[in-house]
Parts: sequence; C-alpha cells; structure tokens
Amino acid sequence: MRKLILTTTATLALGALSATAQEVRVYNWSDYIDEDLLEKFEEETGLKLVYDVFDSNEVLETKMLAGGSGYDVVVPSGTFLQRQISAGAFQKLDPSKLPNLDKMWDVVEQRTAQYDPDNAYSINYMWGTTGIGVNVGKVTELLGEDAPIDSWELVFNPENMDKLAECGVHFLDAPAEMIPAALKYIGEDPDSHDPDVIAKVEEVYAPVRANIQKFHSSEYINALANGDICVAVGWSGDILQARDRADEADNGVEIAYNAPKEGAQMWFDQMAIPVDAPNPEGAHTFLNFIMDAENMAAASNYVYYANGNKASQEYLVEDVIEDPAIYPSEEAMNNLFTTTPYPAKVQRVVTRLWTKIKSGT
Amino acid sequence: MRRAVLILTPYLWLLALFLVPFIIVLKISLSDTALAIPPYTPTLDFAAGWQGFKDFLGALDLENFTFLSTDDLYWKAYLSSVRIALIATMLTLLVGYPIAYGMARAPEHWRATLMLLVILPFWTSFLIRVYSWMGILSGEGYLNQFLLWTGLISEPLTILNTPVAVYIGIVYTYLPFMILPIYAALERMDGSLLEAAEDLGCSRVTAFWLITIPLSKNGIIAGCFLVFIPTIGEFVIPSLLGGSQTLMIGKVLWEEFFNNRDWPVASAVAVILLLILIIPIILFQRNEQKQREADG
Repeated sequence: MRKLILTTTATLALGALSATAQEVRVYNWSDYIDEDLLEKFEEETGLKLVYDVFDSNEVLETKMLAGGSGYDVVVPSGTFLQRQISAGAFQKLDPSKLPNLDKMWDVVEQRTAQYDPDNAYSINYMWGTTGIGVNVGKVTELLGEDAPIDSWELVFNPENMDKLAECGVHFLDAPAEMIPAALKYIGEDPDSHDPDVIAKVEEVYAPVRANIQKFHSSEYINALANGDICVAVGWSGDILQARDRADEADNGVEIAYNAPKEGAQMWFDQMAIPVDAPNPEGAHTFLNFIMDAENMAAASNYVYYANGNKASQEYLVEDVIEDPAIYPSEEAMNNLFTTTPYPAKVQRVVTRLWTKIKSGT
Repeated sequence: MRRAVLILTPYLWLLALFLVPFIIVLKISLSDTALAIPPYTPTLDFAAGWQGFKDFLGALDLENFTFLSTDDLYWKAYLSSVRIALIATMLTLLVGYPIAYGMARAPEHWRATLMLLVILPFWTSFLIRVYSWMGILSGEGYLNQFLLWTGLISEPLTILNTPVAVYIGIVYTYLPFMILPIYAALERMDGSLLEAAEDLGCSRVTAFWLITIPLSKNGIIAGCFLVFIPTIGEFVIPSLLGGSQTLMIGKVLWEEFFNNRDWPVASAVAVILLLILIIPIILFQRNEQKQREADG
C-alpha cells in the first residue's frame, strides 16, 4: 500500500513532465523483479529506465483507461489485458523488433492466446497460481499435524477459521480471484458469470468473514515472513518470497505454499505497450531484453514465479525449476483453472458482493 | 485597478482550483460508463460546434444519483464516515486541549520550542508517519513488545487493522490542527481574569470551566472543524491501519473508481460527499467571520 501510494504520487508528478526518447518507463507489480536487471538494462542499452510499481490490476486498469499514463510498458494480468485490448488501450507488438520472441514457451503461449489472440499485443512475463500460504508451525499447533494446508477447507471451513483467527489470516483484496476460489470450494464453475451462482459466494464467506483480519494484496508477504499472520490466501511467488525472507531472517518461521487440491486459479501477467506510449521503440527494446533467456531466468530465480520463456529454463536454479509450487507437474497443471473477464453489469455485482463480504454491508 | 486585481485574485484562485475541477466531476457524474478511453460517455467534442454541445447536454442524466439511493451501502458509508469523524474529533480535542493548555501556561521562553515540537512531524512525509504506526501497532510491533515486557499483558493485543488503530492514526495525524488554534486562543487570554475569579472565591476548577473554556471556545471550534472536515473523506489512514470492517466513504469511492471502473458513479459519490461537507464548511466560515468581527 505504501508503495502503491508513493507510486501514485510519483506518477502524478511524472505525468506533468514530458517524456524524452532516451527514457523507458515501466509500470510493473511490486516485488516482481531482480533489481540488478534494471541496472543491467541501462548499462546494455544506454536508455534511462524509470521503474514504478503497483499492487492491483484495478489501479493499472484505471490508469490505462484514463489514458496518457506516460508508461511505455505495463503488466496487466490476462483477463484485465483482454478487456483493455478491447478498450483500445494497447498497440500491437512489432515482431521485427523482438528477435527473442522465438525463446517463448508454446505451452504458455497457447494459454495466454485466450486473452490475447495470437499474442499480438503482449508477451508473458510471469505466471503463477493463487493459493494458500501457511506458517507451518503455528497452523499445526492450532489444527494438529493433519491440518488441511493443501485444501480450500483450511480457509473456507468455519471450524478451521475459528481456530486460526487468533494467529491472523489475510486474504487477497482481489475479487476476480477470491470469488472464483470460493466457487471452486462449493463445486461451482469458478468462471461463472451468472449473478445467481456468484451470489452463493456470500454464504461461503459469511461464517468465516469475522476471522479474516485483512483483505490486502501485498502486505501479506512481510506479515507472513515476520510471523504476524499465520495464513495468507495469496499469489504463489509472493508466498515463496515470504518463505525466503523468513529463512534469511532466521526467525524460526517456516512458510509453505500450496495450490489447493480442489483446483486453483492460474494467471498470467503479460507485458504490453500502451497505445499512447511516449517511447514505443524503447518499450520494444525492454521487452526484448526481458525475453533474453538469462535475464528472464534471473528474474524468476529472484521472484520465485514461473515464466513463459522456454529458453530460460536451463538457467533456472534448482530451487525454482524443481519446485512443484512454481513449475507444477503436467498432472497438477490440469487441476488449475483460468477465468475470463466479467461483463460490466456482472462486474458491478461482483464488486458490490465483494464490498459486502469485506465490510458486512 | 490595484483594487480590482486584489479582489480578483482570490476569485480566480477559487475558479481555477475549485470550480473548474468541480464542474468536471459534476459533468462526469451525469455521464454513462463505457469501455473506452476515457471510460465514460459522452465526451465533449469541440469540433462539432454548438450542435455537438447540445447533443452532449442532452446525453447527460441523473441516473447515477438515483442509483446511489437504491443501494444502502452509500448511506451507510456516509453515516459511518461522519460517525468516525465525530468520534475522532472528540478524541483529538481530549488529547489536544491539555497539550495546548500546557503550552500556553509554559514559561514564555519555552513556547517557541514547544510550538516547533508540535509542528516538527510535518517535516516528514505524512504517509511514512502513518506507515510507521503499522510497525508500532502490529502483533509483533513495538507497543506489544513493550507491554509484554512490562508484564501488563501476556498475549499480544490485536490493534492493527481494527477501528482502534484508525482512531489512533487520525488523532496522531490531526493533533497539530487541534492544538494550534486552541493554543492561539489560550495564549491571548488575559491571566488576570483567573486571578480575579479566584479573588472572588471561585475554585480553580470552576474558574477553568467558567472562564478558560468559554474564552478558548473559538479555538476549540476552529480546531474541531479542521479535524472533522478532512477526516470524513480520509482514505489513507483507514486503508493502512484499518481492517476491512472500517467502512468509510473514501474507500467506497476508491472501489467505484478502481474496481468497478465506473467513473460516473464514483463522481456522483464525490459530489454528494462535497454537499455533505459544505454544511460544516459554511458553519466554520461563519464562526471565523464572527470571531473576526468580535476582534474588530
């Protein structure tokens, strides 16, 4: 949140200045890159890089639809990308400026094509799942050794949540992911656009709501790592980063991530170039730099997310490529689901429902 | 000529920084949402000339305002914001008055230093100060560690992400706005009035209620408005320190704008918030004016 607001202010200030051709402005998710790569980019290309961060698709989308964001590269997730493409927010990529395109991974490209046909507007940066991170020590202390840490039961079954409340549970503040998760838990189609089906989610949240301490999409990384909370429903790599930070701090906190066995959402963060980007040339240079196998691998090794670059896999460290929480087996991949964007009317129902779930009104 | 410039300047200021933005917001609140850049329709097309302007006006309607009345979320959020702002203002007054009183009673050569200490926090970013409260109030934070160490509590208290944390944040942030006007009123007070009261057999406590409080009334009123008005629309403090059960209109506005991408409804919410705020602002203005007249 702090970063988010700082960035928002920084962006307002930036908007006032006109961009120069030597500058590339990138707007990416918070905690989402190895910052050495940013320096490397400046050294290799001689371009100056302005790198800002956000922590919600909604913030990015509002900037894109407002127009004149001043950014050259932005990173929306699949469903948001699809809607923004239809709003005319992006320009088509020029493959002749992207020689590294042949390094991309067809398995991922096939999936991202449902949002961006032919991948004409975007390249995949990272992909991951939305699942559950736990502080293993505290959760087994409260729920016993057989705590269902690999199931949505852990956070949607009121009996478990009553016990977990005392050590702190955070949920993502992302209705487009938390509503499909609850639908999956009750055996409905997670991608349902039927308001009557979506309404059932309210009953899933009602009995556990009081035990959810906060809905937030970036605070949980530190909170989990410090031991302030013991369960977070969040994004795979973020939770693995929390695990890493706890290891480094050596504070006795052991974090584990699981994509729930009932089925978890798989999402794709795509790099795209806004239609009014001040420096599209520089944006292509940046995309091509990111698609370099070693650079992409460096990013994944740092953020613990899988990427859509086949060639990068030989440079990935074992911790990343061998970890099924990051690169799931083919069988586990079949258990993951994707969603499609809500139409405006349904979106309003979803947001209203989400507000009701969060605030009780 | 000089006179005209002097009078015009504040009006130009008002026009450029208040009226023009307000008209833009009002205009968007009468539009319809669309999947486009910008995400609403109609937009004013200057090329179409007078006819274009008439078409544009014809496409505006009050639909978004009627929509607000169909869902009780908005009224609950407005009411809850007013309630939080009222309680927070009272708390700030309770904390701020003794501080201002102490400052005004302090030896004269101390006062400048005390004043500086009150203003000093403004030298760091507001955001960083609120953010650091997260470190103080969290489960493993300094406050809990201190209380555990003293043995007053045996389990960490959950303060962060509750309404209590929101009140702490608001009182902390807006305290100087309460202290400064009260201090200004108290400092001007003639101390011999209290001596006279005591000579006439008034106890110190009664003299405080009968003389000091009424004489600092204007400072109290000014301080309360300066805290109340910005608190109603507060967004940063409830989002950083509050949990999701803290319902405030600032957050609802954010959700309309960012989650629903519904700029027209978001603008309608903002217009109503402004109308609600106009009442205390007018009262505040009137109080200031009366005070100026009284000071002659």
